[in-house]
Amino acid sequence: MNSTYFIELFLGGLTRGSIYALIALGYTMVYGIIQLINFAHGEIYMIGAFTALIVSGALAFTGLDPVLIFLIAAVVAVVWSASYGITMEKIAYKPLRKAPRLSALISAIGMSMFLQNYVLLAQTSDFQPFPELIPDLAFLDPVSNIMNTTQFIILVTTAVVMILFTLLIRYTRIGKAMRATAQDKIMAQLVGINVNRVIMFTFLIGSSTAAIGGVLISSHVGQINFYIGFIAGIKAFVAAVLGGIGSIPGAVLGSFVLGLTESFGTGYISSDYEDVFAFAFLIIILIFRPSGLLGKPTKKKV
Amino acid sequence: MAPILDVKKLRMDFGGLRAVNDVDLYINEGEIVALIGPNGAGKTTFFNCITGVTKPTAGDVMITPPSSGKTERINGLKPNTITERGLARTFQNIRLFQNMTVLENVMIGRHPRMKAGVLGAILRDPRTKAEEKQVIEDSYEILKKLNLEMFVNELAKNLPYGAQRRLEIARAMATEPFLLLLDEPAAGMNPQETRELDDTIVRIRDTEGITILLIEHDMSLVMSLSERIYVVDYGKLIATGVPEDIKSNPEVIKAYLGEEINA
Repeated sequence: MNSTYFIELFLGGLTRGSIYALIALGYTMVYGIIQLINFAHGEIYMIGAFTALIVSGALAFTGLDPVLIFLIAAVVAVVWSASYGITMEKIAYKPLRKAPRLSALISAIGMSMFLQNYVLLAQTSDFQPFPELIPDLAFLDPVSNIMNTTQFIILVTTAVVMILFTLLIRYTRIGKAMRATAQDKIMAQLVGINVNRVIMFTFLIGSSTAAIGGVLISSHVGQINFYIGFIAGIKAFVAAVLGGIGSIPGAVLGSFVLGLTESFGTGYISSDYEDVFAFAFLIIILIFRPSGLLGKPTKKKV
Repeated sequence: MAPILDVKKLRMDFGGLRAVNDVDLYINEGEIVALIGPNGAGKTTFFNCITGVTKPTAGDVMITPPSSGKTERINGLKPNTITERGLARTFQNIRLFQNMTVLENVMIGRHPRMKAGVLGAILRDPRTKAEEKQVIEDSYEILKKLNLEMFVNELAKNLPYGAQRRLEIARAMATEPFLLLLDEPAAGMNPQETRELDDTIVRIRDTEGITILLIEHDMSLVMSLSERIYVVDYGKLIATGVPEDIKSNPEVIKAYLGEEINA
């Protein structure tokens, strides 16, 4: 077995896993707090990618440093996507808070269709080239055959986001409020937590991380279209379920497991079956651990 | 001085069932009042209506916080708003945040009294830091008052039963209420723990100045603790008065033991 090839596949798997993890966080957080599978979450990621594309396109003529353009584009993409996420919650989910869960789920699917088709109309169905804004980092030259600059940036950014996210959830006031709301919504209100604010904040954070994922993957792959959110969303959803939906470490673990499975599967078996690996693996895991890798077995109250 | 809680003709219908039927109740500052009645009499529903968990069908819930002295109608306000106004409660089944530590459970009770926002949490400016430190100190003080300081970093779910019950009270106290509503605080406790609870409740009233309304089935606790008692049955108020009168009230005896059959 060729060890360089193995490492290459391994790093490729980590890169995929990072992107899935950035999206899966939003799925699992929203599920943890309002028990909704937000199927439109992948579209937020796609909108993040397009926002960055448009902003960097507009700034391309200013003669600014490409790295600066990339950073500005990324920040605008995050803010813009977060506002989409919050608006989506206000329009499509909040009025259905007390409705059966299935209604909110259908509303989410509707939202997903709507956003996809809106971007399709605005941006056509063609793949659009995403500009190369990040210069190659010199210190990566010796390992350039196994890892390129964008991969490196994806891995580092994801690690930083995960650490910040963990600190936010564990130590801040809003993080505590989020955990309390996830555990017992009524009781959270009775200790004075404004649950609507917590839900809004959850969408804000989830959408922001998804947008970061969108910007990163676009600069890695180099082209985007309206459909990227759908497939990435489904994969991230699989990752979240794999890890145990509602569990944040679970979502991250599930994402890396899925990313590596896909990478090694395509590398050693066949790239024709790329998507088969993800779903075959999901089925196998769920047969043996129905609540996912880190999910808690569901207890039914009698 | 107006009563701090004044409930007038409170009514709660669930479909065709009238769970609370035109109940009047008032509490003055510094009192310990008990609400008793057989199972299913509508006591918890009454609590739910006052704390905003359910919206009453009709009637008025008026509060007059001793700090401001301003009377306000709180029907239909959200639970978190009512908590901010100064009402706190516990549940008959324990509803702690099981996967948080004891300290965190109390700290989260400080939530409505904190000012720092998300921005402060990210920037970690001195004000936020000072506030966080203050919250930890305050929370620790509250834990001490309820003899919970030895469990400070334990997860709530790992506490012994009696301590979990005390933690519920500690968390409610952290919200700085002027009125504390306790729903069966002695449920499941042994006689020793119940006696300690008796002392704790009196101490909360005497030293913290928090007025208490409690639902309880343990009659010895109710009789020794409360200054006035309200008795409900089938959603209706059937008696009210001091413990001695309630003990001998024929309506109350009938509600608890059933009617005497005259042969």
